[in-house]
Amino acid sequence: MAVKENEVGFMNIAVLSGKGGTGKTTVAVNLAEILTANYLDCDVEEPNGFIFLKPSEITSRDVHVLSPVIDQEQCNLCGECTETCQFNALFNTKKEILVFEKLCHSCQACSLVCRPEALSFQERKIGVLEKGKKEKIQCWRGILDVGEPMAVPVIRELLKDAPSGPNLLDCSPGTSCNAVNSLRFAQGAILVTEPSAFGLHDLKMAVKLVQGLKLPFGIIINKWHGEGSFLEEYFKEEKINVLGQIPYDRKAAEKYSRGGMLKDIPVYREAFHKIAERVREVLKCN
Amino acid sequence: MKIAITGYGQELKDNHDPRFGRCTYFLIYDTEQGFLKALENKGQLSEGGAGIAAAQQIIDEDVQVVLTGNMGPNAYNLMEKSGVKVYRCKTNSCQEALELYQDGKLSELNEAGPSHAGMK
Repeated sequence: MAVKENEVGFMNIAVLSGKGGTGKTTVAVNLAEILTANYLDCDVEEPNGFIFLKPSEITSRDVHVLSPVIDQEQCNLCGECTETCQFNALFNTKKEILVFEKLCHSCQACSLVCRPEALSFQERKIGVLEKGKKEKIQCWRGILDVGEPMAVPVIRELLKDAPSGPNLLDCSPGTSCNAVNSLRFAQGAILVTEPSAFGLHDLKMAVKLVQGLKLPFGIIINKWHGEGSFLEEYFKEEKINVLGQIPYDRKAAEKYSRGGMLKDIPVYREAFHKIAERVREVLKCN
Repeated sequence: MKIAITGYGQELKDNHDPRFGRCTYFLIYDTEQGFLKALENKGQLSEGGAGIAAAQQIIDEDVQVVLTGNMGPNAYNLMEKSGVKVYRCKTNSCQEALELYQDGKLSELNEAGPSHAGMK
């Protein structure tokens, strides 16, 4: 049964996994088309969803953070700013104050304690936001500049003005700040796993994370080859909703490697439609 | 002249710590007055920039020589910029490191090691 457009009753659904390479992007791009949900790539360190969705009419703008600038003439080298900085971004050589821009979290606490008012801030570019369209779907992504260590400001900038939903947020792997900050904008979550020991191990961490944030969630098992009772036991024990399985097949890997959509293969289309139905049931009624 | 030795414990007889940013204590030794104190390294538990936090303590203490195993790029550059000499050593105790330095048997660290090495 086909899913009717825009019937999903929530705004942002995060797609995450714990373990990398389980199929977050595969799930997010295929479900986005089937659910007519917007696609927002929050994996800003390696955004790859556009490879499959191929959006057009792309506009882009820069993302900046604030970074301290020291007026060395005004500075009396008291060291209050270096003492205050919790991120070790400032250093007092006793001849001047050095700024380690990439450690700075832009909290601006240093300027609060600077008595000679020698501290000001300037914008520093750390990434780009791109917004495009694929038919009725909006496709957005954040891209962190190469060499920049902090992805969170780009993720926040991407999500703070997210389009009215439903939106699928393709998150970073793991359960670090990057995944957590994407989840802060979500009302529900889809966890993608695979039938492997690593898949389960990291899934458990992701489950703890969404439970901690009290988000309704369901699980998709990707690369399913019919063997994975250890997964099923865990789901049963924890009373976790399984949204469906995506079969393991060489055809899928071939399609993926050419930037194709799995839903163009009949078996996969059927699997994703079933999952879409369950997504609506599980995340709506929770 | 003050010497800082990176150590696991608070005394010279304690083990030498080859890490700089993540060491537990800096043992401060004065060439005229002898052993002064053990300074707890504020960098050891920091989320990031451990080497920078550690280097700040070295500068604040007016230390001129550091005896350690390795130093990351940030701390190394700060030491170089501040004129602090860093010597590489691989000894069991801090006392041994100090003796080797005093006998002129240690060589100066002339390049930074990999970053985040002390977290492993």
